[in-house]
Amino acid sequence: MELTWSAQGDNLYIYLAGELDEHSVAGIRECADALIDRNAGLSRAVFNLAGLKFMDSTGIGFLIGRYKRLKRYGMGMYLEGPDKSADRILSLSGLYTLMPKIEE
Amino acid sequence: MNEMILKFPACSENEVFARNAVAAFALPAEPTLSELSDVKTAVSEAVTNSIVHGYRDRTGWVTVFCRLDGASLYIEISDEGRGIPDISKALEPFFTTLPSEERSGMGFTIMQTFMSEFEVESKENEGTKVKMSKRFSAGQARNAG
Repeated sequence: MELTWSAQGDNLYIYLAGELDEHSVAGIRECADALIDRNAGLSRAVFNLAGLKFMDSTGIGFLIGRYKRLKRYGMGMYLEGPDKSADRILSLSGLYTLMPKIEE
Repeated sequence: MNEMILKFPACSENEVFARNAVAAFALPAEPTLSELSDVKTAVSEAVTNSIVHGYRDRTGWVTVFCRLDGASLYIEISDEGRGIPDISKALEPFFTTLPSEERSGMGFTIMQTFMSEFEVESKENEGTKVKMSKRFSAGQARNAG
C-alpha cells in the first residue's frame, strides 16, 4: 500500500494506491491519521481511490475510522475515483451517505 | 474439470497469496475482469475471517479447496479455529465482534453478494467452513455472440 497526499486550497487530498486488505491496512492507518491531525484546519479531506487495485471490507473499516477522526475536527470527507469493484463495496455498505462520491 | 487444495498458515500476508492463487486457478474458465474481482474479494473476506476471527490469538492452518467445472468455480475455505457461536447473527450486515479494530462487519454480506451461491458451516471450538461458488458468463459464449 502506498499513501501520498497534497493540500490544495481548503482540501486535503489523500491518494491510496496498491492492494488494501487486512494485512496492508496496518501500514497506512497511522500515516493517514497523522496527516489528518496535521491538516486539521482545512475544511475537508478527499480520499482518491483511483490507484487501488484491490479492496475488500477492510477498506470500509479503514474509511469509517478516518471519517470519525475527521469529524472530530469538523472536517467533511469525500471519495473519488473508485473502480467498479470498489464502487460496489462502497455502495453496498452505504458509505456514500457518510462520505459522498465526487463524480469526475 | 480441475481441482486444487491450498494450505497455508493463518498469517495475514497469505490473504493476497490466497486470492491471487484462486484467481489464477479460475483463469481457464475465462472469467470477465469483474467476475474475477468478485472472486478475489470473496476469497479475501473468507481467508481474513479465518485469520482474524477463527484463529485470533493462536496459530493454525487455513485450507482452500477449489474445483473448476466448465464455467463454474466452487470454493471451500476452512479453518480449525474457534468457530462461530451464532451464524445468523454473524451474517447480519455490520455485525462484528471486534468493533474496536475498525472491522466493518460486511465480510459475509460481500461474499453473499459477490458469489452465485454461499453457505457457511461452523461449530464452536472446531472451526468454520465457507462454501461458495461462482458461475462465469463463460468466454466461449461471449466469443460466439
